[in-house]
Amino acid sequence: MTMRWFYYAAPQTFYGLAGRLWPWLAALALALTLAGLWVGFALAPADAQQGEGYRIIFVHVPASWMSMVIYLAMAFWAVLGLTFNTRLSGMMTRALAPTGAIFAFLSLWTGALWGKPMWGAWWVWDARLTSELVLFFLYLGYIALTSAIDDVRRADRAGALIAIVGAINVPIIYFSVKWWNTLHQGASVSITRSPSMAQMMLWGMLLMALAMWVYTLAIVCYRVRTLIIERERHTDWVKALPEVAGVKA
Amino acid sequence: MSAFFALVARDLRLAFRRKAEVLSGLFFFVVVAALFPLAIGPEAATLRHIGPGVLWVGALLASMLTLPRLFENDWRDGSLEHLVLSPHPLGLLVLGKIFAHWLVSGLPLVALAPLLGLQFDLPSDALGMLALSLLLGTPVLSCIGAIGAALTLGVRGGGVLVALLVLPLFVPVLVFGAGAVEALNSGLGAQAHVSILLAMLLPAVFFSPWACSAALRIALE
Amino acid sequence: MRWETWSDFWFMGGYGLYVWGSMGMTALLLLLEIAQAHLAHRRALALVRAEQSLENP
Repeated sequence: MTMRWFYYAAPQTFYGLAGRLWPWLAALALALTLAGLWVGFALAPADAQQGEGYRIIFVHVPASWMSMVIYLAMAFWAVLGLTFNTRLSGMMTRALAPTGAIFAFLSLWTGALWGKPMWGAWWVWDARLTSELVLFFLYLGYIALTSAIDDVRRADRAGALIAIVGAINVPIIYFSVKWWNTLHQGASVSITRSPSMAQMMLWGMLLMALAMWVYTLAIVCYRVRTLIIERERHTDWVKALPEVAGVKA
Repeated sequence: MSAFFALVARDLRLAFRRKAEVLSGLFFFVVVAALFPLAIGPEAATLRHIGPGVLWVGALLASMLTLPRLFENDWRDGSLEHLVLSPHPLGLLVLGKIFAHWLVSGLPLVALAPLLGLQFDLPSDALGMLALSLLLGTPVLSCIGAIGAALTLGVRGGGVLVALLVLPLFVPVLVFGAGAVEALNSGLGAQAHVSILLAMLLPAVFFSPWACSAALRIALE
Repeated sequence: MRWETWSDFWFMGGYGLYVWGSMGMTALLLLLEIAQAHLAHRRALALVRAEQSLENP
């Protein structure tokens, strides 16, 4: 079983695997998105208190979940990369970062648009919003660090270290912000819906979350292929690729 | 152990030769603390309210400003490589450098803050808690900041990049440090805050040298 | 159907700005991300081809 894993750890074999996978993942993501939107907008009823405005949760909650899941995935590949020193691990971490940052931003943006009609303010220093903001900064920090270092291997490994340090800090940051928030009673508005959420609302949210997860897998596969081409371009197998050779004048 | 003290002594001696670099961080703290009342207005009640937060943020930024210097000078003249290659455990040596850095950049902030707190009309027990919270918090800032400094050795974008990396990680320290003074002012008692600051200090002192060593080895390859 | 007319759908019970502002930004950013990934891939291929033509003139 471990031999199988290490087989795909080589950029050349992963390139082929990712190439076969991403179109299917993309199609699945599209199907899930359409299903989720259908359930969310056509089937789910209006909320008793929030009317039609609550439908933002169909993107807000999945985006928030993904921003956290992706960061954990980055930390996972970072640990793997520093332990086994594989080139692919560094590429996976790098490929995940932009998508994670986008989801973190969307979480903040949609959260603000949800907050304005519901609580009357574009921004509240709710524990979750604040922690999400800090998570967004952590993503930006990783991207800035890896972009600033020219040497690819050093950039990968420095980025891996900061990703791990950040991952350890995320629960600490969340805990501290939660504490801070409960002490300063003012902005203690909870964004959890009442526990008895209508079935269709829940289904819509889950479908959209799954859609975003599959989308992430698809785009990361695609991005890693690009990174492989860039980094391994001096190898014979890249030079012999049909995509490279095919369009040559 | 003697290597630890030797390195601390060496770094202190070097810092005293470059007094300007050290003092500029402290002057920054003083200036920033003066800017806020100028921007917000001299009303005493407001200043008393924002004082602990402003002073904590000022101390945080001041200690962050001096971070790039932690490893940079040694890296430039090659002595950092000698430290990495030496038979002594790198973690211990790094801890020595962080400790020396804190003595020169962090501890003076602890001494200065109560004086600046007078400008914000803070009562004396608040001044005491401010000093205590900074005493416990600034070493944590130095420890976490050192990781950022090690990762960005020789990278362009230098100081701002370190700030972007390290400021999100400072949030818990800031929350509990400034929160301690707030809690004292509001009569709730700051025992919990102080305990948590201690709880952050101990792992930081243990974990940071190890992470810094890894970061230095990555940077020096 | 939940909504009787299209304009009801866009109006979204008064929350149109917020709901479509969220959905729109999500769609926009994800589409931009896909476009950027595609462009980066094309650029990488072009880079390999350019270096190859330098080696084999």
